Amino acid sequence: MSGLHDIVLTVNGERHAVRVEARRTLADVIREDCGLTGTHLGCEHGVCGACTVLMDDQPVRACLVFAVQAQGRALRTVEGLAQGSRLSPLQQAFVDNHALQCGYCTPGFLMLGTAILEQDPAIGDEALVDALSSNICRCTGYANIAKAIRAAAAAMRAETAAAEVA
Amino acid sequence: MKPAPFHYHAPGTEGEALALLAELAPEEGRILAGGQSLIPAMALRVARPAHLVDIGNVPGFDRLTSEDGILRIRPCVRHAALGTGTVPGPLGALLETMRGHVAHLPIRTRGTFCGSLANADPASEWCLLAATLGSSMLLRSVRGGREVAGEAFFQGFMTTALAPDEMLVEVRLPLLAETVRTGFFEFSRRAGDFAQAAALAVLELRHGAIVAPRLGLGAVEDRPRRLPEAEMMLEGRAPSAALFREAAAAARAGLLPMDEDSYRLDLAETAIRRALSAATGVPE
Repeated sequence: MSGLHDIVLTVNGERHAVRVEARRTLADVIREDCGLTGTHLGCEHGVCGACTVLMDDQPVRACLVFAVQAQGRALRTVEGLAQGSRLSPLQQAFVDNHALQCGYCTPGFLMLGTAILEQDPAIGDEALVDALSSNICRCTGYANIAKAIRAAAAAMRAETAAAEVA
Repeated sequence: MKPAPFHYHAPGTEGEALALLAELAPEEGRILAGGQSLIPAMALRVARPAHLVDIGNVPGFDRLTSEDGILRIRPCVRHAALGTGTVPGPLGALLETMRGHVAHLPIRTRGTFCGSLANADPASEWCLLAATLGSSMLLRSVRGGREVAGEAFFQGFMTTALAPDEMLVEVRLPLLAETVRTGFFEFSRRAGDFAQAAALAVLELRHGAIVAPRLGLGAVEDRPRRLPEAEMMLEGRAPSAALFREAAAAARAGLLPMDEDSYRLDLAETAIRRALSAATGVPE
């Protein structure tokens, strides 16, 4: 018996009080205890990136963090991207650019892409390819994912410019 | 797979962490820092620690300082924190270059420099850096502290000078003068994958000749190390493709690779030549 830990996770601004074993990964607790099943699990050992979430704005593999380590951190998952029925610019760009097929890897790529756009919206081509090599997609061949991130960056620039004019 | 059950401990100070480690190390207790090597090993049930001492909440453990020519890296400094934005001069540039080969972005935001060294994977970029530069490691336990030179820290495949109750509390790397040139080259099958061979050259050029060369090789033998035969050959000579070939061949002759396959030795030679080329700016 390894004991249970009462912890509070803050996911997309909402507090979730959960009781967990220390061995439970953040990915499992987000899915099973917080009920947010948008975060997907692929390999469960840090290779595929399907479970990527943002922790204090940094992309992390949720299968390589124990839930007990995530207390007091601001967590963001794919459920937090859209505002109501309005998709985030990156989500919309994924739709518009056919950046998903089966969709299993998509939540991970959306969170990775969100972090990339927040940290460096003008990221160079080589750096973008390097960053996208973090996650595995077996359908798209990655080109449309890179295209969608570029399109989202452009849409966000246009939005900012429009806001400044107004 | 899921990690096996363990007891979780989250000390708030270094003293508490060392006391817990002293108590729990005999009962298969281990330190959890970034967890980016340990947690996958636990998921695969290759590692089954009974206790984890999470040092992620210890104040000051994420500190990175450059003072008096020394870069001091404390236990929770993440891979992503090491680069030109945080470390001055050629060392900052070298860290940034090598960082790009350490796994992937979401791993670099969690994994730690000191954790990589304590893990001592022979393919680790940071272990190669520590073995090549004149580094020193500060090891501490409830019994006291001691300093170990980088060369003596790595003792074999995933084996270090750390005793079970000791924690690597600081790594010290010498900052590099502006005149120091560096070159790094790594072979790996995929971006972010483990190195098959990696070489690091650190040297100066004076009046067209190589001065004070340090040449290190990782991922080939059971631990990263400097290559004295090749270094001696390079000292005082003008860089050229022929010299790089000669030095790489001399290095190869003294290697004891982890596998019998001559392919890895071929990679080692090429990595050495390319690292020297990158450091000197002379084509290989």
